Amino acid sequence: MQWSAMRWRVVVVFISLVTLIPLSVIFASIGSPDAAIWSHLIDYQLPGILLNTLWLVLGVGSGVFLIGVPLAWLVSVYDFPGRRFFTWALMLPLAMPAYVMAFSQLGLLEFTGPIQTWLRDTYGTSSWVPSARSTGGVIVILTLAFYPYVYLLARNAFSTMGRRALEVGQSLGLSRSQGFWRVALPMARPWIIGGMTLALMETLADFGAVAIFNYDTFTNAIYKAWFSFFSLDTAKQLASLLVTMVFVLVWFEQSARGRRAYTQAGRAAPLPRLRLGGWRAVGATLLAALVFALAFALPVVQLVFWAVSVWVEELNADLAAYVGRSLLLSLMAAALVAAVALLLSYAQRRDKRMTTHAFAKIATLGYAVPGTVLAVGVFVPIAWLDNALIDVFKDWLPEGTTAILKGTLLIMLLAFVARFLAVGHSAIDAAMHRITASQEEAARILGYSGWRLAARLHLPLLTGGILTAMLMVFVDVMKEMPITLMTRPFGWDTLSVRIFNLTAEGQWDRAALPAIAIVLAGLIPVILLSRQKDSA
Amino acid sequence: MKPMLLAAMIAAISGSAFAEEVVIYSSRGEQLIKPILDVYKKETGVDVKLVSDKEGPLMERLRAEGSNTPADILMTVDAGNLWQASNMGLLKAVKSPTLNANIPVHLRDPKNEWFGLSVRARTLFYNTQKVKPGQLSSYEDLADPKWKGKLCLRTSKKVYNQSLVAMFLAEYGPVKTERIVKGWMDNLATDVFPDDTKMLEAIAAGQCEVGIANTYYYGRLMKKTPNLPVGLFWANQNGKGSHVNVSGAGVTRYAKNEKGAVKLLEWLSSAKAQNLYADVDMEYPVNTKVKPAPEVAAWGPFKSSLINVSNAGTRQADAVKLMDRVGYK
Repeated sequence: MQWSAMRWRVVVVFISLVTLIPLSVIFASIGSPDAAIWSHLIDYQLPGILLNTLWLVLGVGSGVFLIGVPLAWLVSVYDFPGRRFFTWALMLPLAMPAYVMAFSQLGLLEFTGPIQTWLRDTYGTSSWVPSARSTGGVIVILTLAFYPYVYLLARNAFSTMGRRALEVGQSLGLSRSQGFWRVALPMARPWIIGGMTLALMETLADFGAVAIFNYDTFTNAIYKAWFSFFSLDTAKQLASLLVTMVFVLVWFEQSARGRRAYTQAGRAAPLPRLRLGGWRAVGATLLAALVFALAFALPVVQLVFWAVSVWVEELNADLAAYVGRSLLLSLMAAALVAAVALLLSYAQRRDKRMTTHAFAKIATLGYAVPGTVLAVGVFVPIAWLDNALIDVFKDWLPEGTTAILKGTLLIMLLAFVARFLAVGHSAIDAAMHRITASQEEAARILGYSGWRLAARLHLPLLTGGILTAMLMVFVDVMKEMPITLMTRPFGWDTLSVRIFNLTAEGQWDRAALPAIAIVLAGLIPVILLSRQKDSA
Repeated sequence: MKPMLLAAMIAAISGSAFAEEVVIYSSRGEQLIKPILDVYKKETGVDVKLVSDKEGPLMERLRAEGSNTPADILMTVDAGNLWQASNMGLLKAVKSPTLNANIPVHLRDPKNEWFGLSVRARTLFYNTQKVKPGQLSSYEDLADPKWKGKLCLRTSKKVYNQSLVAMFLAEYGPVKTERIVKGWMDNLATDVFPDDTKMLEAIAAGQCEVGIANTYYYGRLMKKTPNLPVGLFWANQNGKGSHVNVSGAGVTRYAKNEKGAVKLLEWLSSAKAQNLYADVDMEYPVNTKVKPAPEVAAWGPFKSSLINVSNAGTRQADAVKLMDRVGYK
């Protein structure tokens, strides 16, 4: 086969190696199951946690859909009091690590929290209050933590859909809400599914938040095998199973989607907003305010409350250094992940063969692996390579050299690509779907081809998707813990490393200040993005 | 500007080449260990570098790095973790009369691969408005039906509880241990808690009346809110004594600076350093010649179990299986 026909596939395979190598380390364990541990897990763990995981996936899946999509529709096509504020404010929960949200929400809601304490002081009992540490409670909290993925991507879909499609619907006699069901929702499918996939991958890989609720999911078995039975192999086998399940589900959805097109009809003129009046306007504002309050304002207030008692110990020059490193690292990772995701998505567009597509899917699976397990998957091959290099070049290296690649920023950034490519890819790939074949043809007729075509046609049309991708990766890297801990260059302690150090010995209240710093730093790109949106 | 920068870089590189350096992989919170390492640096001029992460990843890191690890010392909390590191062949036996003299024999590895540096006692706590200390006696007494609906516990996922049950296995054998843990489950007032502090707060709020926690969590909580109606009770004083565990460290198998690592451990166990090391987290010094901090000493003297803490490692898997069997989440 000719190079020109192969090159995009080569690009995809090359990118997928970043994820494929750590995944291979994890899957390599499959050959040697430890029968004693497995039989114990099957007898006492797996039935319960599989059921728990199923409930969580169903609950969080429908939760993020039911909150993310209507809110995105609301701020995209209607006008109501506070809309401009809520448009960007509803993204903010993304900036808060899920385990921090879980810890602070639970701090408010449980028996010893201020609400129940007040109830007891006033009415003598709070026993009728349902326990927050329940299946319902954990579903609600994770939904509040992860709905912004769906909201953000769905809003992108609705705002780039163009008015033509809805107008055609209206001319056929559809009301605006019918237009939502019959036109907008189906046309936003790649975005919504993309957001839901991210939310569910994060749910499946989460350990911190569910552990605070003492809700055992699949990750619990993984960590139990590793930390309690000291069998990393069993942990890897379980993680392999998890990743395989995710791969099958993602593949299934893609095939079901088939060859439908999601391009916009006509120019991407924004929809004229319909002004809501009367109780509808009040209802819209209340709904947005309620979600904002529960998912962001309340936990932040709780964090500030904790921080007030400890800020003297925590507010110092070190904190500024943590903030600086976090910002720099997140920015670099966001740029790199977005660039790689862009290349991947573009290559998929140029080469639509099945195997190319399969490799592209594999490249985005790192998000479904529990972070600590992926960190090991990244570190082991790097350490192996380093050992081999040191062995070969020992005569030239200074005495006592212990590292060449490991502990460098480059490796850390590559590890973030392996982890967060799914996040960047979902936003960019969905935007890529909006570009029509006829647009490409028109550009070709005008004499553009190759890289010039990509630079002049695709890149400008993808700006919104790229910025969304960078925003999501930025805040995700800011929150990320296990890979940061394992691959950071010496001295590169970030805000999340600080939170780890404090919570490692249970000093949650002292962790409030770095947690607030993460939230504030996450605000920066959110505000920049909303500015860019407004001016566009 | 540029020549200055270059000069600074050369100074930095050559500086690190000449000054002695000890690298620690640590899962103990940085804020608890950094202050004391700064003191060491000031006294000796030795540069101590700290890399923090969770125990599991740190051990995998050591294993993957093999002979090219930069780490000289592995420092963790809980004897179970240290035992595991030793079991994986990551540590090296150390012959040090100083360490052996400073650290009681039951608080270090029988093979001398790791050493306890601070003692953490796990004992009973109770709501002072609802329970009289006279009603309390031992861990196993909390399995008695008289505590039905009155007991709070932290999750079995935490290694502290795994070690506690592992020590029961060493002391009582599997049958009696399972009966005790099963009894606890029958007495639970509410779902188990994610951490000790939350559990102590629940006792204070009256959600339950008794529970088991490490003393330093209690110390921290009472320092912040001194009026909480929670009391400390030393468990099993008429038996083998209260359960203790350690935070500790060992020299890595491929340490580049083994001598420096041993010297640092010896210093950490010395009378001079012990208070700094233990007091910062309200733990007990491992060196018996050293008194605990005044606020810790105020909880009174107690008899601690003399079973070697390495049992927390050897029996951890059995303990976890047992807790799974009786439904201790």
